[in-house]
Amino acid sequence: MSESAIALAHQFEDLEQQHRAGWLGMWIFLATEVMFFGGMFAGYALYRTLYPAAFAEGSRQLEIAWGATNTLVLICSSLTMAMAVHQAEVGRRGRLIGYLVGTMALGVMFLGIKGIEYAHKFEHHLVPGSGFEFPAPFARNAQIFFSFYFAMTGMHALHMLVGLGLLTALLIRAWQNEFTPGHHAAVEITGLYWHFVDIVWIFLFPLLYLIERHR
Amino acid sequence: MNEHVIPPRLYVAIWAALVVLTLLTTGIAYVDLGLFNPIVALTIAVCKATLVVLFFMHVYYRTRLTWVFIAAGVLWLGLLIGFVLTDALSRGWILTPAPWTTAV
Amino acid sequence: MSTPAATRKHYLNADFSLKSWLLTTDHKRIALLYLFSVLVFFSLGAVFAAIMRLNLLTPQGDLVQAETYNKLFTMHGLIMIFFFLIPSIPAVLGNFLIPIMIGARDVAFPRLNLASWYIFVLGGLFTISAALSGGVDTGWTFYTPFSSIYSTSHVALTVAGIFVVGFSSILTGLNFMVTIHTMRAPGMTWFRMPLFIWSMYATSLIFILGTPVLAISLVLIGVERLLHLGIFDPRLGGDPLLFQHLFWFYSHPAVYVMILPGMGVVSEIIPCFARKKIFGYHFIAFSSLAIAVIGFLVWGHHMFVSGQSVYAGMAFSALSFLVAVPSAIKVFNWTATLYGGAVSFDTPMLYAFGFIGLFTIGGLTGLFLATLGMDIHVHDTYFVIAHFHYIMVGSAVMGFLGGLHYWWPKITGKMYPEAWGRVAALIGFIGFNLTFFPQFILGYLGMPRRYHMYPPEFQTLNVLSTAGASILGVGYLLPLLYLLWSLRYAPAAGANPWGATGLEWQTPSPPPTENFEQVPVVGEEPYTYPTMEAEVV
Repeated sequence: MSESAIALAHQFEDLEQQHRAGWLGMWIFLATEVMFFGGMFAGYALYRTLYPAAFAEGSRQLEIAWGATNTLVLICSSLTMAMAVHQAEVGRRGRLIGYLVGTMALGVMFLGIKGIEYAHKFEHHLVPGSGFEFPAPFARNAQIFFSFYFAMTGMHALHMLVGLGLLTALLIRAWQNEFTPGHHAAVEITGLYWHFVDIVWIFLFPLLYLIERHR
Repeated sequence: MNEHVIPPRLYVAIWAALVVLTLLTTGIAYVDLGLFNPIVALTIAVCKATLVVLFFMHVYYRTRLTWVFIAAGVLWLGLLIGFVLTDALSRGWILTPAPWTTAV
Repeated sequence: MSTPAATRKHYLNADFSLKSWLLTTDHKRIALLYLFSVLVFFSLGAVFAAIMRLNLLTPQGDLVQAETYNKLFTMHGLIMIFFFLIPSIPAVLGNFLIPIMIGARDVAFPRLNLASWYIFVLGGLFTISAALSGGVDTGWTFYTPFSSIYSTSHVALTVAGIFVVGFSSILTGLNFMVTIHTMRAPGMTWFRMPLFIWSMYATSLIFILGTPVLAISLVLIGVERLLHLGIFDPRLGGDPLLFQHLFWFYSHPAVYVMILPGMGVVSEIIPCFARKKIFGYHFIAFSSLAIAVIGFLVWGHHMFVSGQSVYAGMAFSALSFLVAVPSAIKVFNWTATLYGGAVSFDTPMLYAFGFIGLFTIGGLTGLFLATLGMDIHVHDTYFVIAHFHYIMVGSAVMGFLGGLHYWWPKITGKMYPEAWGRVAALIGFIGFNLTFFPQFILGYLGMPRRYHMYPPEFQTLNVLSTAGASILGVGYLLPLLYLLWSLRYAPAAGANPWGATGLEWQTPSPPPTENFEQVPVVGEEPYTYPTMEAEVV
């Protein structure tokens, strides 16, 4: 049986239709993700408009060095992901595996840094709830800022975890030599998801970390 | 599946641009541009996102249908944020009708 | 003709094991799994409604306590909306018909399709367990800060259930859109597709762009409730209207999810039983898209008295008037199709007529509600309840029943008893109007919604409404009984008992697992009525 006959699902006429369907399906899923995160961006926009000073004060408590580093980490991981897709396109299994591992390592590094930041928030009583402490007169509204900080970065981190899971699955399949230049849609489509999660962070970084830093 | 294989050089170039833009947005945050700070920050973020979408996600080389779906997602997000903000910003505007007068 | 259903292999008799049903990836079997589930949930929602209507027989409302009543209307709303109306036509008829109507073997992602059913069931289990643990009393609208901070009922478990079931919709919508874009048979251009497909595509657009916003709204309730993050808390400066904006951004388009598929069904039934080509195909197709798009621009009409800005209110009011236009266009086109047609009054057509009439009333009363000044008077009264039940029950449920009857021979290979079908449709129509028309009057007179008691002068109308509900119940029970009866005792139906156009009627009843023996090639425009006479069944 030819390899393309194994790869073709019964509902499709040919591999080209199958790939087109997979690509479109992932983009539609990403559109749903835009709206999902979008709800939190809408809430953020509302409250930043209502309480600009409290948001600025809250933002200043975030560690810009870690935030910027994490942004660079994710940008690097997008590069390695794009390179992984390229290696799948040209059929180089070894390099594909290498770039997938690199992407995952950078993803883990991102989560590690986030963990450090969260730990610092706990130490400085910046976690919303009964233990929250913040200088007046911003204490009330700043708690909203930090709620959005945790909700948005937390949701983003969850998506990173899912991404790591997807990459693990890809890694296993790549190790088992499943991908060829003619059939590697899964790598490209997983790449779309990974880049999307990077894009969410590209917006989160300035919105959370860079409010009125010039003061 | 698209036949076009993008050369790795292009990916590295895009990566370099993204790094530069990240350093730029971080640096500019320390410069007082008044109400332009958030606008500049968001504009840079949109530029970065566009580079990722067009080149890392291959959309530059794809059909118009993909663009339509991306545009729809962005437009709908804009709708949500736009109407929510419009409500919040206009809540304070109270309509005070002019009083009736008996003078002709 | 085709070989008798008893000997021919088709999707129902391909394998009888339970495993073959529970692990099926065949869109037709998944449609039946959904049919069974949504009917279970419909019955549950109906039980809650029955208790409410019994309670409302007396002004003191002494059948249940006020707190219990709050839980009843909450659960009734949640179950009927999320577990019956939203999935009903899309997940049952849409799943069954979309691949066949476009000439495909299955949907684009069959395993995802099965996953979406399991997700649906999981969400339902969460919600039922919340009901069994004591229920939730926030109203299906979950307004904050009551839902996120102050309610002592099982909010977290319920929002988890709704969050989960939302993914079922999202995945179904995704599957449908990709299927329609990429898997149409050769010659099946966009404008040769049945109008049912156009309405399902528009519905899928709403699933994709709207449901995620509901999902995040529910997550934010959850994190405020469980992790004490301050999102809507007024003590921190939180804005309750933020929740309402996020909630209604989805929940208004959701009502178009509940009506568009029914409109698609009507667009299939009317040409068939008027023996006439549909009038204004392009208008109907584009009006489906227009309803989906404009439907996203009107959500603030649920918030006229909430503290929303007056200017936003005016904008939403004007846009709400605009959204009525594409719906009206459909009604005009259906009417024009009937004009000069050879109309027969089979059961599906009776339901279609019911749909058109009741949808017109429901839609027009929507305009009253969209009028700012009038809404101040009738907001949160029974006028609103009557309005949306005219659409959701009078139209959507009738659309579902009409479609179920129309495609029953195709789905099961059996013809339902026509006389009983007509009787049940009439009983349902009478029962429906008796239940809900008095509620328009009650609302206008000022009876508020979500109250377990009312002033004594409203009793007569309430008693009429409850009496109507019992008749409506009979109208729903009868089809359940005779459709089940037909599975065993009715004569076999041929491939095309209605003499209808469309690819689904070109394949045997019930269809083979792969839908078609050969991939069809489409050369004709749709709705080429009149066709040959209906087969003798």
